[in-house]
Amino acid sequence: MIQKEEFPLKKVCLICAKGSIEDVYAALVMANGAVMEGIETKVFFTFFGLDAITKKQMTKLHTATVGNPAMRMPNGWAFPSLLGAIPGVEAGVSAMMRNQMEQLDIPTVPEFLEMITAGGGVIYACKLAVDMFKLKKEDLSDEVTDIITIGEFYGLCGGQGTQIIFT
Amino acid sequence: MSQKTYAGVVLELNDEGYMLDKKQWTKDIAKAIAQEENIELTDKHFEVIEFLRDRVSKGEGLTIRSIGKSGIVDIKGFYGLFPGAPLKLATRIGGLPKPVSCV
Repeated sequence: MIQKEEFPLKKVCLICAKGSIEDVYAALVMANGAVMEGIETKVFFTFFGLDAITKKQMTKLHTATVGNPAMRMPNGWAFPSLLGAIPGVEAGVSAMMRNQMEQLDIPTVPEFLEMITAGGGVIYACKLAVDMFKLKKEDLSDEVTDIITIGEFYGLCGGQGTQIIFT
Repeated sequence: MSQKTYAGVVLELNDEGYMLDKKQWTKDIAKAIAQEENIELTDKHFEVIEFLRDRVSKGEGLTIRSIGKSGIVDIKGFYGLFPGAPLKLATRIGGLPKPVSCV
């Protein structure tokens, strides 16, 4: 039996600071999940997370095959880092992962961003990281509302029933 | 578990307000449930509900992405038709079980 929460979640603010497939998708699924529940959602992409909202990079995200202790081969054995260091393996494994997700009807990153904003979520880029990577607003996805500082983002995260999640 | 009367029919609902017996659903019941949520059902609403019922009867999972791709309405439109938590609302009004989907 699910009881009605006395203090329901009203706003979710997500910060995405990493650019690997698993980290970006974690943030996107969490953001979309909140939007689908009718919770006000704001997402802040910073550092390598900017790859997820950069037009040139968002369809080419990779997952680590070197030094990733959680990476396994299809038969369940541990994935040796030496194998992962061979040129092309990282790209191949990442492409396989993206394929798997497509088969599960998980959207591609650009489509995911559209779904989030279609439901009322708002997406921001970190000004510090944008300056650091020498990007401009045109390099970022059209779904990005604005480039703001973390202080400005905190300002948007006020209110009771708000949670800030860092991934 | 509770019972509620919609459009003159007594329905068994679970704790979250979802109909337990899908076969009892009619358009009038849908209109009555929607009234509670202050929604006036239009033909567009019913097109989406029919699409969802079709998918459930075929045993396919419900995702918000599939609705966007269905061609009936885009995702923004879907949020407009069923404000708040659209998939949960549409399934409740459509007499379908609560969807379990992350997308």
